[in-house]
Amino acid sequence: MATSSAAVQGVAIATPQRHAPNRWPLYVMAVVLTLFFILPIYLIAIAAISTPAEISAFPKALYPRQISLDTLLFFLRFPGVVPSMINSVAVALLTLVLSTTIGAPAGYGLARFVFRGRDAFKMLILITRAFPIAILAVPLAVSFINWNLYDTVLAVALVHTTLALPTTVLITSSIFLAVPYDLEEAAWTLGCTPIGAFTRVALPLAIPGIAAASIFTFVLSWNEVFAASILTVQNRTLPAQMLSTLSNSPLPYRFAGGFVLIVPSLVFIFLIRRYLLSMWGRVVK
Amino acid sequence: MGTAPPPAVRPRRRSFAPYLLLGPAAVFMAVFFLWPMLQAVTLAFRDTAGELSLQSLRTMITDVNFWPALKDTLLLTLVIVPSQLVLALIMALLLMAGLRFSGVFLYAWAIPLGISDLASGIVWLAIFTQNGYVNSVLQAVGLGQITFLSYELPVTLFLVAVLAEAWRATAIVMVILVAGLQVIPKDYAEAAEVFGATAWQRLRYVTLPLLRPSLQVALILRTILAFQVFAVVIALAGRNLPVLAGEAYTWYGDNHNVGVAAGYSLLIMLFSLVNTGIYLRALRVQDEQARMV
Repeated sequence: MATSSAAVQGVAIATPQRHAPNRWPLYVMAVVLTLFFILPIYLIAIAAISTPAEISAFPKALYPRQISLDTLLFFLRFPGVVPSMINSVAVALLTLVLSTTIGAPAGYGLARFVFRGRDAFKMLILITRAFPIAILAVPLAVSFINWNLYDTVLAVALVHTTLALPTTVLITSSIFLAVPYDLEEAAWTLGCTPIGAFTRVALPLAIPGIAAASIFTFVLSWNEVFAASILTVQNRTLPAQMLSTLSNSPLPYRFAGGFVLIVPSLVFIFLIRRYLLSMWGRVVK
Repeated sequence: MGTAPPPAVRPRRRSFAPYLLLGPAAVFMAVFFLWPMLQAVTLAFRDTAGELSLQSLRTMITDVNFWPALKDTLLLTLVIVPSQLVLALIMALLLMAGLRFSGVFLYAWAIPLGISDLASGIVWLAIFTQNGYVNSVLQAVGLGQITFLSYELPVTLFLVAVLAEAWRATAIVMVILVAGLQVIPKDYAEAAEVFGATAWQRLRYVTLPLLRPSLQVALILRTILAFQVFAVVIALAGRNLPVLAGEAYTWYGDNHNVGVAAGYSLLIMLFSLVNTGIYLRALRVQDEQARMV
């Protein structure tokens, strides 16, 4: 069992069992679970790369009989799809920029300073995490109409930032806690200004974690449906566009759309696989 | 990094730097979190002319879809959350059992973390729709087609929705539990083993009590997400399986009635606040227990 840790990323493995009993049932369970999580993605993928005729055919093969881009192209040529994809990317990027510029300094402040109001701030963050923020899009829609922000990329990005901000603050706070303050102080004694010490010493060490947090934010925004559907009419994001056209659209459109929604997530989850536990597994303390 | 970097102070000395750093986040949360919360209350308790009225709430409660939506949302939460907790616990313990390829398993099981509820609904639609993959397999083995996703078969419709949610959102519970398991010192379980505790006893009396903070957080986050269940159900069933968030969406988008939509929002918030209250109480109990140890 000594080699077992080599295959592992991010999971601290328990000490190998000394009197290892028969472990094959555990492997069977693990493989069954893996099939449960992977197989649906495989099936939507083969649906997306088969012809529209194949999608309405019955019974279907569990492998692609012939690979074709027709279904995906049919989806992309559907009115409103490409503009909504552009909107989705714009909203996600704007959300990422907003939540990082607002959230990361707060995370740094929480990590480095003890001050009056610190507990109140942490309580606010904790409560917002345990709150259905997307639902707030309904009352916000009225405010956005008054503020002339309704049906804009910015409006959706503001709500997505509210969704992402608590997690961004908590993650950046824990990242900066892991960067010793002594390093920054040492930089001051060597003639750095506090700004210089921060940008040259603390920031470079924190960048990988902050990047992972940004990817987390991007995925969150890309996936969000409810608020985006409430806050837009013409300038839909991709999930909002799909949701509003779902009930009267053909199956090839839905399956190709489902696949297109999933692909960026697969890439991003792969990119931040080392951070999976620290991103999503964080317990509020 | 839009705000000023920290000035040269020792971390424990008083200064205005933390307020500069945290200020923007606090203001942002106040504007986009506290304000719409109040706004939801005023919207739900006013009529179309802006007068104080219970009209919107009356319309909401007397609507044909209100009680089915309430029942379905609570029932889905009641079935999904416990089953996800058990499944996630099994997955987390498997990952901690020192199997080979644990990293591969973790990655495969974590993939749904990045998948939206809408996409998950579409994926399971592809599998369970009339001409879908399950029926293709059933046909091949001679069992014929089953109409899983129809108004006439609410039970299978409900179960497919549960399956889609279990597939999509068990990973978040698993990841929280794995993170919790990792900080539990192995000494406790090893000591229990020395004294002859079986694997089940070690799990029941050592691991699970120590895992309580993580279990609470996972339960809370999942329950709140379950109250908001929306796109999965819409993708699978349209309005054949009404849920609270779906009704809010319909009343806002199709019926152009913000008051009723705000009423539904308020109801979901109320459930969540009660849930959060239980959570905070549970945390306090946890602290007292920690002091007693």
